[in-house]
Amino acid sequence: MISALDLLARLRPLHVCVGKTGHIVQAGAGLGRIGAGDVVGRRFLEVFEVVRPVRPLDMPALRSLAGEVLRLRLRTEPDIGLRALAIEDQDGGVILDLSFGIAVIEAVQRFGLTAQDFAAGDLAVELLFLQEAKSSAMAASFSLNSRLNGARLAAETDALTDELTGLHNRRALESALTRLRHSDTGYAVMHMDLDHFKEVNDTLGHAVGDTILKRVAAIMRSQTRQDDLLVRMGGDEFAIICPGLTDTLRLRDLSLGLIHQTSKPMIVDDQEARVGASLGIALKTPDSRVDPAALMERADVALYAAKRSGRGRYVFWSPDLGQSLSDLDLPHVSLRS
Amino acid sequence: MHGLIFRTVEAYVSDSFGPDMWARAIALADIEITSFEAMLQYDASYFPRVLDGCAKALERPQAMILEDIGTYLITHQNHASIRRLMRFGGHSFSELLHSLGDLPDRTRLAVSGLILPQIDVREAISQRFIITSFGSPSGFGHVLVGLLRAMADDYGTLAVLDHQGTRDGAETIEVAIVDTAFAKDRGFSLAAGAKVRTA
Repeated sequence: MISALDLLARLRPLHVCVGKTGHIVQAGAGLGRIGAGDVVGRRFLEVFEVVRPVRPLDMPALRSLAGEVLRLRLRTEPDIGLRALAIEDQDGGVILDLSFGIAVIEAVQRFGLTAQDFAAGDLAVELLFLQEAKSSAMAASFSLNSRLNGARLAAETDALTDELTGLHNRRALESALTRLRHSDTGYAVMHMDLDHFKEVNDTLGHAVGDTILKRVAAIMRSQTRQDDLLVRMGGDEFAIICPGLTDTLRLRDLSLGLIHQTSKPMIVDDQEARVGASLGIALKTPDSRVDPAALMERADVALYAAKRSGRGRYVFWSPDLGQSLSDLDLPHVSLRS
Repeated sequence: MHGLIFRTVEAYVSDSFGPDMWARAIALADIEITSFEAMLQYDASYFPRVLDGCAKALERPQAMILEDIGTYLITHQNHASIRRLMRFGGHSFSELLHSLGDLPDRTRLAVSGLILPQIDVREAISQRFIITSFGSPSGFGHVLVGLLRAMADDYGTLAVLDHQGTRDGAETIEVAIVDTAFAKDRGFSLAAGAKVRTA
């Protein structure tokens, strides 16, 4: 029958036998590979530091841990955690059967361990295989995800952008209004409609009309702040949402700037085109409770009032104008017709 | 069927013959997809059509293409991880052959949903192996021949591999190991790309 010490040496590459004096009398071949050097003859507690469940300072204290699973580390490799089952050798000494646990991945990298450094039944190699295979699979997944995300962002941008002008579209406006519905900030809604656009479009052609719409978009960008949401609602109809801006003087200046710039004659393909702009403005102050959709309607009403009072103007909504276009006694008039 | 399988065929054709050749092959396959994603599932019925498209475009038999794919997987630098994962199977070529029975399970551990045929390995006479693969995707035996041929080279082992054909859905491969020290072993360390410190 094979002797117990030979049995250990054959089966457990990471074992340590500690004699009753506290010195190591036998160590598995794997230990030499992990930076411990030749440990036989050295005091166990000088080579290893037992961290848990308690820190034994001498051999009797170590012996009293027999039967427990210890957490320990080599003093030369303090960042690689080991664990060990300690048992009494019935001769005043202690036998420890060590393993790496999850630190095996780090240990293999650092010491260049091979399959032979582990017990045949040890799942360390399977763990390493799995770790490497998972990394490869995850890399493939990440690459797919980032490509899909790129496509999603592009599609989202497309879905929220007006193709002709590059401004936001109605869908972007809807989601902005939804966000505003759940926020306490004050904001202004400006509804802008071009004057005489239909005539220009009819007489000079759609290509000229399109160019004018693009130039109006550029004017809007130049006159507004970074945070303002610029929307082409369709046709020659635009909206500007100004978060945090409820100062009527500044809104007046903004409106005058927009009207002034759009009213300048535009030369398109050697032809002169003249449009203009009318604006309706509605405000939500931080303390008031108005639904964004209702505010859009008010801006609509104010725009109608601006158009009716002679174009090239801006009108702030006020209660006497009514809450919506349908309140007005003009059933057949619609701005969008 | 797992996208990795389709993706491998696509990568092989693109890397070896250029993207135009893949475009031609996939057009001949006549399916509504032009490129495959590794981490998506696809209709299994695409597989024979993709292979058929490749065979027509490359003007060579499907068996030869599948075998080349096996070799490509081990030898192409883009797939260095596969060679490493295969080397986890054993420290010698014959040990690797004995571990092939675990290959479908190991593969599934790595990528759930990637189902490979069941593989049975017998060493009837010393250094002579009979490997049987059973199940979908059919033609996997040819891939295995190319893959194992490249792995034998990797271990520095001279081996003769032969696909014996398909019977009752099972593909049979014969492997004869001639010389285990025919060339230098390319070597393998458990640690991937690690800076190994000598103890």
